[in-house]
Amino acid sequence: MTQRVGIEVSRAVAIAAKLANVDVVAAYPITPQTHIVEDLSEMVASGELDASYIPVESEHSAMSSCLGSVAVGARTFTATSSQGMELMHEVLYVASGMRLPVVMAVANRALSAPISIWGDHSDVMSVRDTGWIQIFVTNGQEAFDNILCAFRIGEDRRALLPVMIHLDGFQLTHVIEPIYLEEQGDVDRFLPRFEYPLPLDPDKPVTMGAFGPPDIYTEVKKAQDVVLTSSKEVILEAWKEFGDIFGRYYSPIQCYRCEGAKVLLMTMGSFSETAMSAVDAMRDDGHAVGLLNLRLWRPFPFAEIRQAVKDADVLVVFDRALSFGGPGGPVCSEVRSALYSLDKRPKVVGFVGGLGGRVVSIAGFREIIERGTRIASEGTEQEFEMFGVRE
Amino acid sequence: MEKYAVFVPKLIKKKENFAPGHRACVGCAEALAVRQTFKALGRDVIVVNATGCMEVVATPLPHTSWCLPWIHTLFENAAAVASGVDSGLKALVRKGRRPDRKISVVAIGGDGATSDIGLQAISGALERWQDFLYVCFDNEAYMNTGIQRSSATPYGASTTTAPAGKKSIGQVTWKKDMPGIAAAHNIPYVATACPSYPFDLMDKVRKGALTPGPAYIHVLSVCPTGWRCAPELAIKVGRLAVETGVFPLYEVENGRYKLTIDVPQLRPVQDYLKLQGRFRHLSEETVKEIQDRVSKDYAKLKEKIECMQKQDR
Repeated sequence: MTQRVGIEVSRAVAIAAKLANVDVVAAYPITPQTHIVEDLSEMVASGELDASYIPVESEHSAMSSCLGSVAVGARTFTATSSQGMELMHEVLYVASGMRLPVVMAVANRALSAPISIWGDHSDVMSVRDTGWIQIFVTNGQEAFDNILCAFRIGEDRRALLPVMIHLDGFQLTHVIEPIYLEEQGDVDRFLPRFEYPLPLDPDKPVTMGAFGPPDIYTEVKKAQDVVLTSSKEVILEAWKEFGDIFGRYYSPIQCYRCEGAKVLLMTMGSFSETAMSAVDAMRDDGHAVGLLNLRLWRPFPFAEIRQAVKDADVLVVFDRALSFGGPGGPVCSEVRSALYSLDKRPKVVGFVGGLGGRVVSIAGFREIIERGTRIASEGTEQEFEMFGVRE
Repeated sequence: MEKYAVFVPKLIKKKENFAPGHRACVGCAEALAVRQTFKALGRDVIVVNATGCMEVVATPLPHTSWCLPWIHTLFENAAAVASGVDSGLKALVRKGRRPDRKISVVAIGGDGATSDIGLQAISGALERWQDFLYVCFDNEAYMNTGIQRSSATPYGASTTTAPAGKKSIGQVTWKKDMPGIAAAHNIPYVATACPSYPFDLMDKVRKGALTPGPAYIHVLSVCPTGWRCAPELAIKVGRLAVETGVFPLYEVENGRYKLTIDVPQLRPVQDYLKLQGRFRHLSEETVKEIQDRVSKDYAKLKEKIECMQKQDR
């Protein structure tokens, strides 16, 4: 019987990578991701994990090394955050474009300047279009579970895509939570061995990464979009099987107390649990409100979102990133456009907040829901509103 | 060299690993150097190519000139990708998922990919003691994008971003000593080579690939297009680079320097410069400046070698 233990979430992520029996870890230190890779290097040093640990000289080289190791057929894991992900930015496109299923934990953190080591989703949003499968997790258990799922999903031959697991820096990475750390035997049952279809091998030479002339590039990109969009099926299948084995089921959007809700709030990551408490409090006071916790960011779950909001009058979307000079929160603007073609759709109100580690409390989320409802009823929606700015 | 004419078929494998039909310019000595390199290494090789001429001319989808497993991802990261290939292979062999057989991991890149944008990744991979060979095919400018200057462009050369003009001699800085930088990592094997000396090049490549740990080879690759010399003179110009002392051929084995082609009497650098349009504008004064620097650097190299030999005795 699996024990539920109190453990730092970063350590649980490292243990998940170990249980996945990764072959290569290539990583560079950056706060708040460091505990994950420190733990993995300790496991390698002690012999607990048989893997090659490459202590690279930059994140650019971290992701580049990952490309090389996946290309020879090695299961590969890395972790990064913020500026680190920005430095590896161009390499991220190559991982997806060349169908190299790296798994990366991202300890979400703000971007410079000013430098901030604290959490928000600016780093996630800057890599939105890199072609990776991207999953937000809400708590430590989800982080542990989804690292295992990430290997299963990414390495599936129908996908062969890199996967990012987004966990909030500090608010998740550095907290101790009760987590079920599953048994190796069960993990092995869930996660088959990685067999890359055409690895670099002198016995069967392949050319990987040829350049795409204009008469072929468009078709390659179309194929990439089709495979990422249709990877949703692989993701749903993996989550279903994970649930059947371990008893915890995941979905692209978690609907929390949405029954009969006329006002819905949408959040991502660890803030969703705070928002749940706000919803509980408002329900206790008799308000018909609910929460949509967005887990699957790419591929974007259009159908699930349309289904989830169909009976609501107001949808308040809370983003932890800002598109400067643009529509405000990237998630809100995508949700808005996903609903635009519907005949009956809720009014969408966007808030941006929780930047650079700024906490939004239960009272804060209650205020966001109430204010969003008022804006919607008055018809005074703007592109977005910044929440919690001291003026 | 003449004696080799008889023995060549016995000395070199017939099998080509870099197949003809690629789109390299006429007289491209870099394509020749690549061909020699991978002829020498045989089949148990994985090639990691940085973005550059060799990647562009040889792999337009869906064609390829590579008969070896080959990967290209980006410009500045060949050494890092090679690190992943090396560490990945080692892990899979250790875990019994790949046969335990020596596979040489060879990263290749131009002078821009090596001494400019990829320098950090190379330094990292050498320092981490990755088991791979890095070969820089140095044609002394960004030829793929149209002859822009790099840190490997020689003093006085005219390029499209450091052109010669009334107020400039072209490149105003001296060529970065990339083999010296590699050697400063105290790796087991560093060498310079030139496809005008094919046997020397192939010996070095084999040695570098078989050396456990990191190895670095810097290959001067004459580029008739960028150097504005006649394509049929590419081999001769490479020879002259060595015979004038502009590009000495040496190796550094475990820190020991050795000239592999000793030139007892250096020819004047003008013999090398005058065949190339990129140096056509140089005044006598600048040529003398170059001559002085080449003589000094060559003397320094010989002195270093003699000093080490003395220590050995």
